[in-house]
Amino acid sequence: MSEQVTLGSLPPGTRARIVSIDAEADRQGLHLRLYEMGFDEGVEVEVLHRGPIGGDPIAVQVGGMIVAMRRAEAGLVRVASGAALLREAAE
Amino acid sequence: MTTATVAVVGNPNAGKTSLFNALTGARQKVGNYPGVTVERKAARLTLADGRHVEMVDLPGAYSLNPRSPDEEVTRRVLLGTQEGEGKPSALVCVVDATNLRNHLRFVLELKRLGLPMVVALNMIDLAERDGIKIDVARLQELLGLPVVTTVAVRRRGLDALLAQLPGLIDTAAATATALPPADVRALQSEARTISGQAVVSEGQGRRITRSIDRVVLNPVAGPLILAAILFLMFQAVFAWAEAPMSWIEGVFAMLSTSVANLLPEGWLRSLINDGVIAGVGSVVVFLPQILILFAFILVLEQSGYMTRAAFLMDRVMARVGLNGRAFIPLLSSFACAVPGIMATRSIDNPRDRLTTILIAPLMTCSARLPVYTIIIAAFIPDRAVWGGIGLQGLVLFILYVVGALSALGVAWVLRSSVVRGASQTFLIEMPKYQLPALRDMAIGLWQRAVAFLKRAGTIILISTVVLWFLATFPAPPAGATDPAIDYSIIGYISQGLEVIFAPIGFNREIALALLPGMAAREVAVSALGTVYALQGSEDAMTLSLVETLRSAWPLPTALAFLAWYVFAPQCLSTLAVVRRETNGWKWTLFMFGYLFALAYVASGLTYWISRALLGA
Repeated sequence: MSEQVTLGSLPPGTRARIVSIDAEADRQGLHLRLYEMGFDEGVEVEVLHRGPIGGDPIAVQVGGMIVAMRRAEAGLVRVASGAALLREAAE
Repeated sequence: MTTATVAVVGNPNAGKTSLFNALTGARQKVGNYPGVTVERKAARLTLADGRHVEMVDLPGAYSLNPRSPDEEVTRRVLLGTQEGEGKPSALVCVVDATNLRNHLRFVLELKRLGLPMVVALNMIDLAERDGIKIDVARLQELLGLPVVTTVAVRRRGLDALLAQLPGLIDTAAATATALPPADVRALQSEARTISGQAVVSEGQGRRITRSIDRVVLNPVAGPLILAAILFLMFQAVFAWAEAPMSWIEGVFAMLSTSVANLLPEGWLRSLINDGVIAGVGSVVVFLPQILILFAFILVLEQSGYMTRAAFLMDRVMARVGLNGRAFIPLLSSFACAVPGIMATRSIDNPRDRLTTILIAPLMTCSARLPVYTIIIAAFIPDRAVWGGIGLQGLVLFILYVVGALSALGVAWVLRSSVVRGASQTFLIEMPKYQLPALRDMAIGLWQRAVAFLKRAGTIILISTVVLWFLATFPAPPAGATDPAIDYSIIGYISQGLEVIFAPIGFNREIALALLPGMAAREVAVSALGTVYALQGSEDAMTLSLVETLRSAWPLPTALAFLAWYVFAPQCLSTLAVVRRETNGWKWTLFMFGYLFALAYVASGLTYWISRALLGA
């Protein structure tokens, strides 16, 4: 069993690999724009910063690009984080 | 033979506009696409073989699957369905060499349109600096498209790029293989494969950008830096503009004097001096402030900082139902709501955009400053409170804060009533930091200045002439004892207005000044001057306007007048631009109505509360 978390829950400085983008939960056609910006299964991302109030939005590096997004939207992106990947390897 | 059209397309932040500026210089014609409020920038170029082409700078887009009015135009032009624009004969697709992987997908999407296309691999110098090595020949082969490396800001690679155009124009467009929407994920993975093969070395990433961001986006330092930048900006707008503003005033005064010398006294001289020169001059005088503010905004935009400001402000904006992107137009509105409202075009959510347009006039624009200044000088004592802070400056600051806070409050109310709807997203690319290019700055400022002066030359000119007419005719009967303006159409209208305004402490003179002040807020000051001067009392002749007001108005009236101007919807240019941007009168009238109501209630409360407190 691989443990997955959402991109929105990762603390700054974490790298993770995208497992899936949840098109079902997306009510604004946003997953298309996420794909267009370079988010996709298997792509590595890194959370760089969090906003000053409430830790929202977050800044994410994807490919050569830094994208700012709210954590609600980042919740569409399921990732296997470093910790989850390690645990998966141990199982 | 008709002139072929070449469209410049690309992702936002690929350096598309820089490349377009480098290719065309200041020869650009800026207009609007019919029916939409998206800017159309075009310029004629002569190619090496003597043929002319029309270059069009299309709005930046991530894909042909549009999410904003800007992207919709790009899509329609490329599909040949945009009114007022023929289908382009060839495309120049601008790609950021430091971000090849993300940008190639759009290249592949465009390629499917079948139009002849050249890829400009831009910012190749920055890629080299970051240690990114790209095999251009291999990229060319994999894409099946000509690829030219360029550095737009240094004018490198432009000739090679232009050399491609004659061949492209002569190529007949192939049949489109797939019209959008294309399968985004298939294209994305194809793009990754191509970039994987063409990029020889990935480099060490965006080290410079990442280290600047560590400071600028720091939860503690970030907001402080933003506040410092804003403070510097306002300081500059008000301090640096003083000298050029007095020069412009001087020029208009000189013009007025020479007209007075050339023309005999009469209605023509009055029309030119009191109508045209006074009216247009009172607006053109704000050009320095507007240019300084825009210079700041252009630097913030081109350096890449603006999206960081949006990032820092997003949560605050989210509280009232907006998003970080709205911060940029609202900031511009401190100079003037007109460019601020035009800047809302980059907001993709229509409800967000509408809300931002509706609250933009609550940001204290520079036209309110002359009104505030004169009332404060007349009624607020010039003394220090708490540790050397001047009371006058404090009052001015409070007026700005009240405006900004009410904007947030109104946004919240609107979002939970008339513009209710799904919460909007904040998803924005934060570009790498760059030094702003002088040429791009100069062209940007030039275009703003021309747009502003054009407006002063049309809308404001017409409205001041109309108001002059209303204030001058009919002429007073022979032997009239009251001021001439009392007998004019405006004089009669103001009698009616006085009934409306008396409950909030406004006298007849204020009601008179509010009408000409419709054209532009600052006109109210000169109108007050005129009204008191034309009343011809001994006092008014010898005293300055500040002293006249001080003796003529009770303090509660003055405070109510200040409160009025925090909200008053008094600016025809703003109303005109809102009508254009919202495509109709409905929201324009709504905005006018709610601002008027707010202004009325705020002045009334100010008047009655201060009267009670002062025991007057």
